[in-house]
Amino acid sequence: MPRAPWALMVAGFRRYATYRQATVAGIFTNSVFGFLRCYVLLAVAAGGTVAGYSGPQLATYVWLGQGMLAVVNSWTMLDLAERVRSGDIVADLLRPMDPLWTYLWTDLGRAGFSLLTRFSVPMVVGAVAFGLYLPTHAVTYVLTAVSIVLAVIVGFACRYLVGLTAFWLLDIRGVSMFWSFASGAGSGLYFPLAILPDWLTAVLWWGTPFPSLLQAPLDVAVERGGDGHAVLVIGGQAAWAVALLFACRIVQARAVARLVVQGG
Amino acid sequence: MASVLGVYAKVVRAQIRSQTQYRLSFAFEVFGSVIINGLDLATVFVLFSVAGSLGGFAGPEVFLIAALSAFAFSAADLVVGNADKLRDYVRTGLFDTLLLRPLSALWQLLAVNFAPRRAGRAIQGGIIYAIALVVADIGWDVPRIVLAVVAPIAGAVFFGSLFVAGATVAFWWVESGEVANAFTYGGNDFTLYPSTMFGDWFRTVFGSVLGFSFVAYLPTLALIGRSDPLGTPDWLRWCSPVTALIAAVVARAFWRLGVRHYRSTGS
Repeated sequence: MPRAPWALMVAGFRRYATYRQATVAGIFTNSVFGFLRCYVLLAVAAGGTVAGYSGPQLATYVWLGQGMLAVVNSWTMLDLAERVRSGDIVADLLRPMDPLWTYLWTDLGRAGFSLLTRFSVPMVVGAVAFGLYLPTHAVTYVLTAVSIVLAVIVGFACRYLVGLTAFWLLDIRGVSMFWSFASGAGSGLYFPLAILPDWLTAVLWWGTPFPSLLQAPLDVAVERGGDGHAVLVIGGQAAWAVALLFACRIVQARAVARLVVQGG
Repeated sequence: MASVLGVYAKVVRAQIRSQTQYRLSFAFEVFGSVIINGLDLATVFVLFSVAGSLGGFAGPEVFLIAALSAFAFSAADLVVGNADKLRDYVRTGLFDTLLLRPLSALWQLLAVNFAPRRAGRAIQGGIIYAIALVVADIGWDVPRIVLAVVAPIAGAVFFGSLFVAGATVAFWWVESGEVANAFTYGGNDFTLYPSTMFGDWFRTVFGSVLGFSFVAYLPTLALIGRSDPLGTPDWLRWCSPVTALIAAVVARAFWRLGVRHYRSTGS
């Protein structure tokens, strides 16, 4: 791996590794929500299935989702918007690497740290408290890992796009709130998307990147629809990742074209 | 007293003015806060429609529990939800400025950070609660009318106390933000559903020890005239104002302890 991306990833990892208290606090909160959501979904299943998910699959769906939450990190905006507002973005644009890639590598480093801490601990808690679904094929573990990485990239590209709106709006709180809503509801965080009417599920899967953030890796992990389906889901995530990064480039080019540096 | 209130009103008005300056963004925020509240209820609705009943309760009852919880939470969030800004004040030492002024530090904190966008959500919560009261099969009498009015207030005081108590954790533990969320937003999640849906020990901790069952579940049982299938004595169903009061006293104690413990940043 080239030196610069690696250095950026390490920097992202170390930046978040500094906040140990916050990590512990986050793990605790994610776990409490895991209990809340798991009890609710299991009560809905009442010993049977919900939208084709069995009890252990629902438990995995909830706890893997709680772990993924910090890894994908949809709720925390990049500091990009703040740097646009303050004008610091100019310094970023002068550097030899495009800020898009700088932010991406740093964010992957952050995700790596979250994977070790905020992902793994809730998974253990869920496994002990409820018992999770164990994949029947070894290849599922590999596919899940690939799907999680793609989810991180899709989540990053979306947040980068939200951040770029600061070039036009300056104050992105409204847009980021809308994003929090859409990415929460559309990604399957609150309930499996398959519960929704078929047409709505189809619109979400085909028309929006949101299911790629959570529902995709969760479905791959519980082996919903078999290996063929998993490959299809991962293909969809990859397509969204490429399309969104491409969109980031275009939007950023237009934003930079209209950039007026304030102050002297 | 009147002049003190006048100062607070001025600060809040200034906040409203400043935060509505970016109009498009503000409109987005109000809209967003309304749909996010709607989303909580929509989640309950979706899960209900899959199961046909939740925790042994039928539609109007589940709706009333969820609506009461959502209204209480959104009202508390409007007035006290910004207490979590405290950790920025403690981390940067800015809390000093609040202590120097001759007004209550807590109310200054709340007034200075007042977020008008949350009003949309609280109003929507109130409307939905009113609809839920109409839809539910309630044998109205004087105690029930009083309870229907008092229960959301008690719930809001309860959540408000949690917001304050949760925020004070920052006095001891600066990067603590998310721990409080487990009990504020997590508590909201718990109260949206009938307590019967949760596992034994978890329900004991959240529902009885922490008192979340008193926010929406038990008052709803009293309103619809049903005994608790979990065996809570009938008279306890009416006690949400008492638990709210206890929560407020505890939150106040936490706040005072925290302020005494505060040593600024030394810069």
